[in-house]
Amino acid sequence: MKRLWLILPLALFGLFIGLAAYQMTQPKDEFVRSTMIGKPLPAFDLPGETEDAPRLTSQMFADGTPRLLNVWATWCLPCIAEAPQLDALAKRGVPIVGVAIRDEPEAIAQFLDRYGNPYSAIARDDIAELQLALGSSGVPETFVIDGKGVIRYQHIGDIRADNIDEIYAEWEKAR
Amino acid sequence: MIAEIGLAALWLAAGLCLLQFIAGAIGARGDEQGPVSALVRPAAIVQALLLVVSFVCLLWVFAVTDLSVALVAANSHADKPLVYRISGAWGNHEGSMLLWVTILGLCSALIASLERRMDARFVKTALAAQGFVALGFFAFLLLSSNPFARLNPPAEFGAGLNPLLQDIGLALHPPTLYVGYVGLSVAFSFVVAGLVTRQAGPELARAMRPWVLAAWISLTLGIAAGSYWAYYELGWGGWWFWDPVENASLMPWLAATALLHSIGVLAARDALRTWTIMLGVVAFSMSMVGTFLVRSGILTSVHAFAVDPERGAFILGLLTIYIGGAFALFALRAGALAEGKRFVALSREGALVFNNVMLSAILAVVLLGTLYPLLSEALGTRVSIGPPYYNPVTAVFAVPMLLVLAVGPLLRWRRDRISRIAAPLVLVGVVLAASVIAVVAFSGAGVLPTIGLALAVTLAVASWLPLMGRNPRRVPLALWGSMLAHFGVAVSLAGMASESAFSTERLVAVRSGDTVEVGPFTATLGAVEPVAGPNWTALEARIAIAGEGVDTVLRPQSRTFTDPPQNTSEAALLTRWNGQLYAILGDAAGEGRWQLRLWWKPFVTLIWYGGVLIALGGLLALLGHLRSGVRRARIGEAIAQRRADRESEAAA
Repeated sequence: MKRLWLILPLALFGLFIGLAAYQMTQPKDEFVRSTMIGKPLPAFDLPGETEDAPRLTSQMFADGTPRLLNVWATWCLPCIAEAPQLDALAKRGVPIVGVAIRDEPEAIAQFLDRYGNPYSAIARDDIAELQLALGSSGVPETFVIDGKGVIRYQHIGDIRADNIDEIYAEWEKAR
Repeated sequence: MIAEIGLAALWLAAGLCLLQFIAGAIGARGDEQGPVSALVRPAAIVQALLLVVSFVCLLWVFAVTDLSVALVAANSHADKPLVYRISGAWGNHEGSMLLWVTILGLCSALIASLERRMDARFVKTALAAQGFVALGFFAFLLLSSNPFARLNPPAEFGAGLNPLLQDIGLALHPPTLYVGYVGLSVAFSFVVAGLVTRQAGPELARAMRPWVLAAWISLTLGIAAGSYWAYYELGWGGWWFWDPVENASLMPWLAATALLHSIGVLAARDALRTWTIMLGVVAFSMSMVGTFLVRSGILTSVHAFAVDPERGAFILGLLTIYIGGAFALFALRAGALAEGKRFVALSREGALVFNNVMLSAILAVVLLGTLYPLLSEALGTRVSIGPPYYNPVTAVFAVPMLLVLAVGPLLRWRRDRISRIAAPLVLVGVVLAASVIAVVAFSGAGVLPTIGLALAVTLAVASWLPLMGRNPRRVPLALWGSMLAHFGVAVSLAGMASESAFSTERLVAVRSGDTVEVGPFTATLGAVEPVAGPNWTALEARIAIAGEGVDTVLRPQSRTFTDPPQNTSEAALLTRWNGQLYAILGDAAGEGRWQLRLWWKPFVTLIWYGGVLIALGGLLALLGHLRSGVRRARIGEAIAQRRADRESEAAA
């Protein structure tokens, strides 16, 4: 019995080494995937682009049309870099709903003036409630939402030129 | 040239380290008097000198920004202030490994020149173990992380130091922690020597104690400094995040705390032999596991500054050899160690065992929490573990431990009666009850903070109870140290509980001239203007603070460093006797408004004052034990002298 106790530290240590060695040989996945994929959009009800624009709700996504949901902000530099790619997607017929995080109507108007407006509608998320509910860890991030309002795909970071086809394909898949 | 001298010294030191290991190993086999094994002490001492030369060379190339050295080009910049150019020497992987090996070498030299209490065979075995550990790190340095590698052609500009690390607290934080980590390696070597030479009695404990104490003091200071740095530099207002890197420093501290107390039992009562030996291995393995977790990048951390999987694999290999080897030795030999003395549960030993078990449980909780993401990832899910796990689960073990801590020091060794300590026990109970009632009545804090505050008050009183019935002038220094350290725990705990119970936070977007209330103060935003430093520019806000007789201006900055480009948030702090006001300048929020984040944190500074008190207590204990060690040795010599005199008289 006592012998067994004396071997215990060695055994636990061996377990740790095995686990660490196994993990070190695994490819490292750098992104934090949202666990929301495959689940319906969290319920929300947010103010629109300006004070008098209609409010945006989660029900609007369940109308049979797949959309992109783009989480962005006027104060975010990668979002500026992303703007041309969103425009290209919009030109290919993809409806994009923007969610502006912690933003102001004036700043949004200015931003869209300068960098183009790919959005079919914009919601203002002043306290990042929708962003948190989506399990998104930063701006920009883009989700593919199918016609039933279910999240199908998540793209983390800005959409680069070589991501356009991939995202378009995911949107097609969601139809 | 300087870099080549450094590298040459490093290679020579590595050679001597090999000699130290071989000579020590020959000594360990029983040939203490042989010519080779006599080389072990000089080898250790000269090796340490060479390592110091090598390290000074590294400091030199950083001080003069020698851009033909790859490490300098990658981590420094001539525009940086001198103190940060020098601290840049250990603010990177290679330099910090050289520092690690240098401290390891200095420890070997100290053992070789000072250790007289243990017999020659023991010292040689310990030096062999120490040399064996050092050899691995030498190999690591020379084969995969040469700090003196040249860059041809030299760089035109240095890349700079991560600006978060450009801070006086952080310049001193790693060396302090390293002294702690490496100090534990001495405990490890002594324990290994104890297993090899089959000595695990009070002498071993007395020989280990100064080393463990010194390592523990450094760890305490290092953790306190690191926590304060994270608090004001990361700008999140928190002082502990249960981040893997922080846990990596906390785990060796927990193990060292447990070891310190079990050493006390072994030294005084010759009990807990196997347990002490095991803790000696665990303590050092925690510092190596910590280094591995931090350096390998196997866990994602907010402050992993130097991550490289290849180096991670190297450290994992070293870990397997040293710690695996030591645990294997433990499994083989510990069973053969004579069992220590027995004691009943109600005794000083009993209380210390309880404290040890609780500390080990907390260690297990933190270790499990730190490794859990690794475990769950292997099973296919990603999780992150945070305060909702750590706070309550550690509290489950910390609360009973602190309660026993309040009365444990009053108990006698071996066996005691409750009735003997009835009076102080009642006093502790009354203070505890009164403080619980007071906190509940006046503050309405949450459950954990309430328990924390009440325990802090109780412990603050109880930590001085061992003075009862003693003449304060005849209390040994070591006891003063232990009382002060326990009092420090109470102070620190009070700070933690108060911070979590009474902090107020304001996050606002205000225009210049707007006023915000925070805690007892009003904050009025003045101008937000650009300022420039040696290698950064910043936006600086002037925030006028008034209230409680204060009338001052805080200047938080949002800094932009140029080399390398990075933004940092420099918090502005107003420190009062009863807390800190913490201000952060955020982004421009449009229309001339600025985001401001303000916290009033009552008594938050107690957390770090407590840490300093704990370390001071450790220092007093260290001095006390060293003094009594010297006195004991002198008495021993006097007795031996007298015996020799008498024998020679008899012979005459």
